[in-house]
Amino acid sequence: MAVCIAVIAKENYPLYIRSIPTENELKFHYTVHTSLDVVDEKISAMGKALVDQRELYLGLLYPTEDYKVYGYVTNSKVKFVMVVDSSNTALRDNEIRSMFRKLHNSYTDIMCNPFYNPGDRIHSRAFDNMVTSMMMQVC
Amino acid sequence: MADEALFLLLHNEMVAGLYRAAEQGEGENGRCITKLENMGFRVGQGLIERFTKDTARFKDELDIMKFICKDFWTTVFKKQIDNLRTNHQGIYVLQDNKFRLLMQMSAGKQYLEHAPKYLAFTCGLIRGGLSNLGIKSIVTAEVSTMPACKFQVMIQKM
Repeated sequence: MAVCIAVIAKENYPLYIRSIPTENELKFHYTVHTSLDVVDEKISAMGKALVDQRELYLGLLYPTEDYKVYGYVTNSKVKFVMVVDSSNTALRDNEIRSMFRKLHNSYTDIMCNPFYNPGDRIHSRAFDNMVTSMMMQVC
Repeated sequence: MADEALFLLLHNEMVAGLYRAAEQGEGENGRCITKLENMGFRVGQGLIERFTKDTARFKDELDIMKFICKDFWTTVFKKQIDNLRTNHQGIYVLQDNKFRLLMQMSAGKQYLEHAPKYLAFTCGLIRGGLSNLGIKSIVTAEVSTMPACKFQVMIQKM
């Protein structure tokens, strides 16, 4: 489903980034990096919004020719960015939302792991597997 | 309920264990408070990540403090903070008239000098929670009469 999934820390450095191996990895790093500005913009605009609109899911950040970039920010300001192939039109907003929820649940589990230091890069097999399962559904 | 008592017993044992170790000559007493505070910090970080998973995004600092006083306090201590005061310039005072970790001790002045040991973990808990939500702070606690206590949160502006 997704071609690239990234977790970005509060201070805007990557905690985790993985993309499908068939394509140029650097390109995705670049896409994710550029999306952070849009995330910032959306958060600051959202502070003024009504309570029911202050959702963690940010929706589509921006579309490019080949990809769509979606964003999600937790209350602790950790950002999740997902890059999806835009040829995949079957993917609906709700599905993206539930994928982000899964990602968030998984991240929470990592945070509650006593052997993980907050702010370190994520090296977790459980998280890896979950991300892999999200990317697998493509084909 | 047994699960409610579990946290209390574990906390009591944690304090007692640390002080016992200190008495046997591993560092002086002042270090124990710091250690307890640091434990609380890490626990607070993890807890807040879990508790805020399904809540809407916070509007501002006061919104976050209200969350700590209501939801966070209810989950950890089974009651809400009794009084929250602020000077709107980064100082918040959270008052709890029946603080759960002090309820087991006799009210009055007898154990007053031991009270700080039992508040350090909670100070860390608040500080860790706030830090994970992006607010740097200094948290201190004070007790005047036994089961009641006050936590003062000073927000560090960046």
